Amino acid sequence: MKRIYSIIVENHAGVLSRIANLFSARGYNIESLSVAPINEEGLSRMTIVTEGNEQVLEQIGKQLNKLIDVIKVIQFGEEPYVEREMALIKMHTDMNTRAEVLRIVDIFRGKVVDVSHDSYTIEVTGDSDKIDAILSLLEPLGIKELARTGKVAMIREKKR
Amino acid sequence: MKLTGAEIFIESLKKEGVEYLFGIPGGAIIDLHDALYRQDDIKFILTRHEQAAVHMADGYARATGKPGVVLVTSGPGATNTLTGLATAYMDSVPIVVFTGQVPTPLIGNDAFQEADIVGMSRPCTKYNFLVKDVNDLAITIKKAFHIATTGRPGPVLIDFPKDVQVAKAEFKYPETIHIRGYNPTYHGNPKQIRKVVKAITSAKKPLLYVGGGAIISGAHEEIYKLAKKLQIPVFTTLMGIGAFPEDDELSLGMAGMHGTYRANMAIQYCDLLISIGARFDDRVTGKVSDFAPYAKIVHIDIDPTSISKNIKVDYPLVGDAKLVLQEMLPLFDEYSSVDWKEVRKPWLEQIEKWKNEHKLAYDMQTDEIKPQYVIEKLAELTKDEDPIISTEVGQHQMWVAQFYTFKKPRRLLTSGGLGTMGYGFPAGIGAKFGFEDKPVYVIAGDGSFQMNEQELATIVAYNKAVKTIILNNGYLGMVRQWQQLFYGRRYANTNIEVQPDFVKLAESYGIKARRIRKKEEVEDALRELVAYKGPYLLDVIIAREENVYPMVPAGASLNNMLLT
Ligand SMILES: Cc1ncc(C[n+]2csc(CCOP(=O)(O)OP(=O)(O)O)c2C)c(N)n1
Ligand SMILES: [Mg+2]
Repeated sequence: MKRIYSIIVENHAGVLSRIANLFSARGYNIESLSVAPINEEGLSRMTIVTEGNEQVLEQIGKQLNKLIDVIKVIQFGEEPYVEREMALIKMHTDMNTRAEVLRIVDIFRGKVVDVSHDSYTIEVTGDSDKIDAILSLLEPLGIKELARTGKVAMIREKKR
Repeated sequence: MKLTGAEIFIESLKKEGVEYLFGIPGGAIIDLHDALYRQDDIKFILTRHEQAAVHMADGYARATGKPGVVLVTSGPGATNTLTGLATAYMDSVPIVVFTGQVPTPLIGNDAFQEADIVGMSRPCTKYNFLVKDVNDLAITIKKAFHIATTGRPGPVLIDFPKDVQVAKAEFKYPETIHIRGYNPTYHGNPKQIRKVVKAITSAKKPLLYVGGGAIISGAHEEIYKLAKKLQIPVFTTLMGIGAFPEDDELSLGMAGMHGTYRANMAIQYCDLLISIGARFDDRVTGKVSDFAPYAKIVHIDIDPTSISKNIKVDYPLVGDAKLVLQEMLPLFDEYSSVDWKEVRKPWLEQIEKWKNEHKLAYDMQTDEIKPQYVIEKLAELTKDEDPIISTEVGQHQMWVAQFYTFKKPRRLLTSGGLGTMGYGFPAGIGAKFGFEDKPVYVIAGDGSFQMNEQELATIVAYNKAVKTIILNNGYLGMVRQWQQLFYGRRYANTNIEVQPDFVKLAESYGIKARRIRKKEEVEDALRELVAYKGPYLLDVIIAREENVYPMVPAGASLNNMLLT
């Protein structure tokens, strides 16, 4: 079972190591991890995707909460949430593939952010399924390099 | 007026009420030692090894309940503390360790005696800090003591660079501190407490499972009330020993791998297991899937991560054991018309039967000295003096747990979680610093004692009347026992007959010492040891291949005990 944890943490040296250690010391794998400061001074948000059975996931949640540098842990699951991921994809291109690449980028509402005589760099944003889908279409056309941000997520506000 | 970092360090420790610092000086903390030299409030205890310094602070903390404090230099001084930190971390002991560090501009340069102690100690401390700015020093010390002593206690390390020790800042020690990500839960959830009360009052075969957390929180009186009021039998873990008087009729002693027959059987047949400050360690549970098969489980613990970690719990209750029990006890008043003695009769009779089926026993018909006999005799001779007993790790540790009768908390110091050989002797010394007037006995194995025997110098230097009994079998006995029972008697690398003459060794430090080999010498020698005013070492040559029984083989279920 996969789970996304969004964790608000103190933004200082050692925090990432503590979190990473929590996973590694227990043999839990981190599938993706993203970190960046948030609007509140001195705090960052980490989004971690991990996998495990119910008991492991419950332990991870508790262990994260126990860390002194962790202010808040949000586990995504029951409540509706939005998740996004961004990918930068560098494609080999030539006369034969350019049009096809552009067509696919267009369908996925991606953007070409850099061009050279034999490459396109594409930016695409969406949930992870969407990223996976565009990658599977681009794959046969020649992916040169790939960078994915990992997921970020937020709970949806209740609609009245 | 501005103070130097070194002066702020001292003033802050005074505010925390620190009496002793244990450690060894070095280049990176020479300024701190210079500041210590110029004052009389805080006494520095010079040890002979930094690991021992941490164990001393740990023993001081376990015995007194106050945090123990350590000061060591950078690099090797700092790395030598790691075993001590890990030991304290596993057993939730409040200590604060200050390590010197190279000047901040040199950090990360592989400078002389630089070690990344913050990185290395991260997994074995509750928290740690690097102080980069002297203006943060006082608040960092305040935070360190706060974190070490509250919630589930544990060791905290402060890395203290040399340039910060001489830099100056205005000294202001914060009265209170709030750390936004650190809010331990102390009070129990009232609804959950009511559910637990209901479960306890409707159980037919309830059983109390008391761990080290009960001692840390000081819940022994509440546990006594609960057990007595509802006539619930009690077993403890190794760490919980002393949280319930072992001479009480409701006491089943210790459970687990070397627990009593009656305690292990009671676990296997109880219908409600009420765990207080314990963590379902594999040494207690044996095979997890067979543990307490008929029981619903209540788990009271301050650390939510301990709950349902190894065993699925039916009634989790997060909070401080003492507070939760205080909140719970009045709710039993509703049941005051119940004659609990009568209700419990079948269950207690069953336990009595188990008790009589297999008592802790050993063969007494020998000339050789049986280690169990030594412990029993010591218990008898010291029963009125309320001593502190500190143990090393191995067979002798288990014999102490089994054969010494503990009646009060904080009287047994032992490395339960990490099982650190070399812990007991320095820990006993640390306890003696905490309690000048209390007798302290160290029960050591010949192997373990050699891991920190250099501290004989420390007890002489500070004239501490620590009494050490070495149960000498010429073996790394606990490992040898496993080899005998499970590895076809192939005693690979467990013979330690080559060893110092412990009597001469002690005497070379000016410590009185004696060796005994025969059973009839035991009482006389122990009397001499108990009565002697000053440090004393007794080398007891015991039956070499004596084993600890009962024994649940690792990974077996609790009712599969080897009894002899
Ligand atoms: C530092 C350390 N190293 C190794 C061990 C593994 N170990 C556990 S018990 C034991 C033997 C202890 O021998 P001794 O102190 O003579 O005690 P005995 O079992 O003979 O009573 C050993 C080597 C340990 N617990 N700690
Ligand atoms: Mg031995």
